[in-house]
Amino acid sequence: MTSPLQQKIKISGPSVITANRTWDGIVIWRTAAKGWSAELSDAAIVRTADEARALLAESVADDVGAIGAYIAPVEIRDSGKIKPGNLREHIRSAGVTIDLPVPA
Amino acid sequence: MYAYDELDRTLINERVSEFRDQVKRRLSGELTEDEFKMLRLQNGVYLQLHAYMFRVAIPYGTLSSEQLRRMAHVARKYDRGYGHFTTRQNIQFNWIKLAELPDALADLADVGIHAMQTSGNNTRNVTSDQWAGVAPGEIEDPRIWSELLRQYTTLHPEFSFLPRKFKFAITASDHDRAAIKVHDIGLRLYRNAAGETGFEVLVGGGLGRTPFIGKTIKPFVHGHDLLSYVEAILRVYNQYGRRDNIYKARIKILVHELGIEKFAREVEEEWLQMRDSALQIDDSVIEDIRSRFSYPTYEKLPHMPDELKKAAHDPHFEAWRKNSTFPHKVPGYAIAVLSLKPVGGPPGDATADQMDAIADLADRYSFGEIRVGHEQNLALPHVARRDLPALWKALDRIGVATPNVNLVSDIIACPGLDYCSLANARSIPIAQELTRRFANHDTANLIGRLHINISGCINACGHHHVGHIGILGVEKNGEEFYQITIGGRADEKAEVGTLIGPAVPYGDVADVIEDIVEAYLALRARPDELFIDAVKRLGVEPFRERVYATR
Repeated sequence: MTSPLQQKIKISGPSVITANRTWDGIVIWRTAAKGWSAELSDAAIVRTADEARALLAESVADDVGAIGAYIAPVEIRDSGKIKPGNLREHIRSAGVTIDLPVPA
Repeated sequence: MYAYDELDRTLINERVSEFRDQVKRRLSGELTEDEFKMLRLQNGVYLQLHAYMFRVAIPYGTLSSEQLRRMAHVARKYDRGYGHFTTRQNIQFNWIKLAELPDALADLADVGIHAMQTSGNNTRNVTSDQWAGVAPGEIEDPRIWSELLRQYTTLHPEFSFLPRKFKFAITASDHDRAAIKVHDIGLRLYRNAAGETGFEVLVGGGLGRTPFIGKTIKPFVHGHDLLSYVEAILRVYNQYGRRDNIYKARIKILVHELGIEKFAREVEEEWLQMRDSALQIDDSVIEDIRSRFSYPTYEKLPHMPDELKKAAHDPHFEAWRKNSTFPHKVPGYAIAVLSLKPVGGPPGDATADQMDAIADLADRYSFGEIRVGHEQNLALPHVARRDLPALWKALDRIGVATPNVNLVSDIIACPGLDYCSLANARSIPIAQELTRRFANHDTANLIGRLHINISGCINACGHHHVGHIGILGVEKNGEEFYQITIGGRADEKAEVGTLIGPAVPYGDVADVIEDIVEAYLALRARPDELFIDAVKRLGVEPFRERVYATR
């Protein structure tokens, strides 16, 4: 499989780097402080392909902490709030859209 | 039930130790994800949208009550209190932590359960008829042969790095409940004109982005030649199967591109070189496996006991009995199917509490045995008919007695975009809405047998191609759309469904399905003409017209 760093990077708006945390698999986002957060609101925003490439390279380098890092679109609301840019990312961020058989 | 021997137990326990070490090295950074990925996949560990997903094998769909209780324990201790039964006789846990996986595996290993080869490019869990050993008219118990294949293919070095995953299914009944025609190798055990039992071997079936119905490669193979013959198939596949393109790597593509005749000649040539080798199975091997299966000691019981006559006055019980219990090979007994398709519920899910309760009921009423079917329901395979009323009350209390087996709301669905990293669209909410639309039991009975299968992407884990009505989620410009097919079926007359027209948006799917069902009710030749037969007679056009005339 092609490494994410070798793939052509095209972004059409504000984006973040997301991955899953290695030890438990939860969804995480790359922060500006070169760490990870389980809150989308903490994510570093990139707006150009070069910025995205740099943040992705830094994220992928943390192979112990995170798995499967990739670029995901987001929307920045007027209030400054970051929202996921598509349904898949919305579900990753907010959880399943169904009631779980057992309350979480 | 099959009792593992010392070799099996050692293998499973060694595998747990090995994986524990691999996980430890992964978490310490000694192994990179690239190095670790194949190792985790070979132990059934995927990474999904929100977490790791852990897929555990239930070989040939047979579970003991002790094993089901242990699954409940895993769901409760390591996951979020529930599990999801799949279309290939596996159970999946959706929220498991990598760091805790070795402990979960060890707990399962204690009761002879493992996750070996539930993923990866190897031979997967060998599936079979969930009513094996109890179905009337069955030639013999196909699980004996499933177990032989399980033992032979597990960690087989030649089958551990195949071009792509490889799935076996076996049936020994005229009516195929194991969907053998949509497996890489399908085996039908039958008795030939000379009175000998052996296998019709089908090859190259499969769903996914390029669906094919399996073709008969050899009409009759003796049991003692089974291993050499399937090995010959796997060798030809291993040699010629494409490794350069994941979408063309399954054996179905090779069979299609070579043509069944040429593929069969290649296999025959390979087979003749090894047919009389050590792979020829001695009767004693089969007898040894057979002897490790335990069968209940049935009582001599009446077909219509007083308990059943009395309970017949309760319309709710009768609705369940007529819908969810099936003839057993032994008079006085029945197979009871437990619907995991409650109205508004995710298809195939069971909570830990339900699993524990079902295990207790299996001990009380079914000689401690539970079966898992590819339709994502469970079954208690040995229930005395006198116990059906008491069993029904207990099942109803825990929510697994919805009398919808084989009806429109008995929907097969993959986890879809709510869980799966491959999915393009959601499956479960569509299934939930359909179960609400068709919640009325009288309406569902009026409609009759109708299988709806839903997949959230072209990988077809929900077997949409072979649903009487198939629903496939696709993504168009960031929105969920769904293609609808009709006329598919997964049984002995397996067919791939036909697309009825352009994909419809998420919000329209349930209306479209209602339109199709209403068209069927208006067009069927008589009340007992099944949906699938009406589609065969009429073609898709009247249904297409009904759906798209106003859209």
